[in-house]
Amino acid sequence: MLHHRTIAAHAKALRRGEYSSTDLTQHYLTRIQTSPLNAYITPTPDLALKQAQAADTHLKSDPDPDQIRRPLLGIPLAHKDLFCTAGILTTCASNMLHNFIAPYTATAIQKIADAGAVMLGKTNMDEFAMGSSNETSCYGAVKNPWNPTRVPGGSSGGSAAAVAAGLAAAATATDTGGSIRQPAAFCGLTGIKPSYGRISRYGMVAFASSLDQAGVLTRTAEDAAHLLRAMCGHDPHDSTSLNQKVPDYPADLTAKTHALKGKTIGLPKQFFPHHHQKTSAHGIAPSIATAIDQAINQLQTLGAKTKIIDLPNAAAGIPCYYVLAPAEAASNLARFDGVRYGHRTEAKADQDLNQMYRQTRSQGFGEEVQRRILTGTYVLSAGYYDAYYLKAQKLRRLIADDFHRAFTDHKCDLLAGPTTPTTAFALGEKTQDPIAMYHNDIFTNAVNLAGLPAISIPAGQDENALPIGLHLIAPYLHESRLLSAAHQFQCATDWHQKTPPEQSKK
Amino acid sequence: MISYDFSISPAIFYPFSPHFPPMSINKSTISHLATLARLEITPAQEKHHAAQLTRIIDLIAQMQAINTDNIPPLAHPSDTPLPLRPDRVTETDQRQTYQKIAPYTAQNLYLTPRVID
Repeated sequence: MLHHRTIAAHAKALRRGEYSSTDLTQHYLTRIQTSPLNAYITPTPDLALKQAQAADTHLKSDPDPDQIRRPLLGIPLAHKDLFCTAGILTTCASNMLHNFIAPYTATAIQKIADAGAVMLGKTNMDEFAMGSSNETSCYGAVKNPWNPTRVPGGSSGGSAAAVAAGLAAAATATDTGGSIRQPAAFCGLTGIKPSYGRISRYGMVAFASSLDQAGVLTRTAEDAAHLLRAMCGHDPHDSTSLNQKVPDYPADLTAKTHALKGKTIGLPKQFFPHHHQKTSAHGIAPSIATAIDQAINQLQTLGAKTKIIDLPNAAAGIPCYYVLAPAEAASNLARFDGVRYGHRTEAKADQDLNQMYRQTRSQGFGEEVQRRILTGTYVLSAGYYDAYYLKAQKLRRLIADDFHRAFTDHKCDLLAGPTTPTTAFALGEKTQDPIAMYHNDIFTNAVNLAGLPAISIPAGQDENALPIGLHLIAPYLHESRLLSAAHQFQCATDWHQKTPPEQSKK
Repeated sequence: MISYDFSISPAIFYPFSPHFPPMSINKSTISHLATLARLEITPAQEKHHAAQLTRIIDLIAQMQAINTDNIPPLAHPSDTPLPLRPDRVTETDQRQTYQKIAPYTAQNLYLTPRVID
C-alpha cells in the first residue's frame, strides 16, 4: 500500500515521477482526517501542501534523479508534539500548553525541514512524555492500529500509531526511559534512540534533561539511518549536544566492518528470565520469549556469536530511574507557572501570586504529571536528598559500568533482549496502577541511564497477532553498528513489512 | 561490594528488599510537597496521592539494598565538562516575539497578581 511504503521507496518513486510529493501528502492528509486512532493533535495540512509543492519544484529540477542526494525531499513526516514548531500549536498533550504557539522551532525539526521533508502535523503523546501507554494525554488516548482496544505504547504513542497505520511515512519521537522503543515494539515498527547528545535537545520540551533524547519511528533501519543523518549534529544552542562528526549512517548500513559475521552479541541473564530462573518462563510473556529466542537464532544464522553475560544492577534501573526522572521533571516543570506562556488560571480579585501559581499548575497538569512532580519534590527535599537522589546517581554509575564492562571486558559488540515484558496491553488496564505501568520500562530505561544508543525492531507476533520487538543496544556513539545489525536482520526477515488491518472511522 | 541477586519472581515483578522498612507517606507529607511544588491538592486527592506515593517510595527504597560506598555519582551520561564560549553578546532582542504569547503584558512587562509579603 502506498501509505505503508518506506522513505527509501518513496524517494525512488518521487524521482521516477510515479507520483508527486503533493499527491502523496494529500493522500496522507486524507487518511489522517478519517482515522479513528487519535494519533494526531494538530494536523498541519496547509503547511504540508506548501512544503510538498516546494519539494515538487526541487524534484523536477533535479539534475541527477538517479542519485538520491536528498532522500527526505518531499517525504511526509509527523512530529511528536513535544518539539517546538514556530507558529504552530505545541501542546505536549497537556492542558498547560493548550494555547502555546511556539515562538521558535526545535533544531532537530528544523534540520529535517531543511532536508526538504514535509510536516503532516504534531502527534499525540503521553502528557509531557510521562507514560508508557499514551493514556495520560489531555486529548485522549491513542489506539493501537493492530487492535484499537489496546494501547500503542508511550510516550510516543501518537507517532507510533501514525507510522504503523500509514498516516505518515515516519515520525520523530523522544525517549527518556523507553518512549520510542516500547511503542515501536507495541506497533511493529523500528524505533531508535541514539546516544545521548547526538541530537540537539534545543526546542524539545524538557522532561528529564539527563535522560531525554530525540529519535525516530520508521518502517525500517534504512529509513532511520536517513533521518538520523539529517537530525544529528552539534548545536551550540544545546550545551549537552556532542561535538562529534555525524557518520554517514545510510552508507554504514552495508559497511563490511559492521557485518554480523563474527560479531559477539551479549545476552544479559536479566533480559532472559525464561532461561535463567529456577521455575519456568515468567517475567516476560511466553510468546515474547519464543520470538526473541528465534530472533537470536536468526542473528546467529547471520554469523553472530552469542555470549551470556550479567548486568547485575540492571533490575535496579526501575527504582533508579523513578528517582532521577521525576526529580529532573519536577525541576523542569517549575517553569510552567502561568506568567509568560501557556495556561494561566482565571484572574480573581483577591488572588495573590502564590495562589495563581498553584491554581494554574493544578489546572494545567494531569494526575500522572502531578504525581511525578510530587515524587521528584520528595526525593529532592531536605533530609531525603542523600538517601534518594544522591543514592540514585551512584546507582546510575553502577548501571552504566555494567554496560561498559559488557562491551569492554566481555568484548560484546552488541547486547540483545526483548524490548518489553508484554505485548500491547488493553486500554485502561494499568492506568490505576502506576507501579505496574512503570514496569513496562524494565528492559529499556537502563539504556537511558547509561546514555547508550538502542533500537527496537519487529521480531514476531503473539497469539493475537500483536507485534513483538527485539531490543539491541550498542556502545556509546556506535549507532552505525546498531543500524547495520538491524538492517541485516531486516534483509533476512519480513516482520517489519507486516501491516495492521485497516481501521475506519465509524 | 555486595551484589544483590535481583531474581524476578512471578508474583511481583520487582525485587523486594528486606533491608528497609517501607516509608509511609501521609496526607500532611503530600500537603507539604504540594506547597513546595506550587500545586493545589484537594483533601480527597491528598489521600489518593499519599497511597500512590507510598507505593512509589517502597519501590525506590529497593535501591538501598545495593552497596554504593565510594561510588562517584553519575549526573550525566556523557560526563563531559560544560562547554564554554567567548563572552560576547550573541542574543538579539526577542521581546516582541516572546511577549506575543504571554497571558498579560503591559508596557513591555509581564503582569502578575500582587505578591503578598
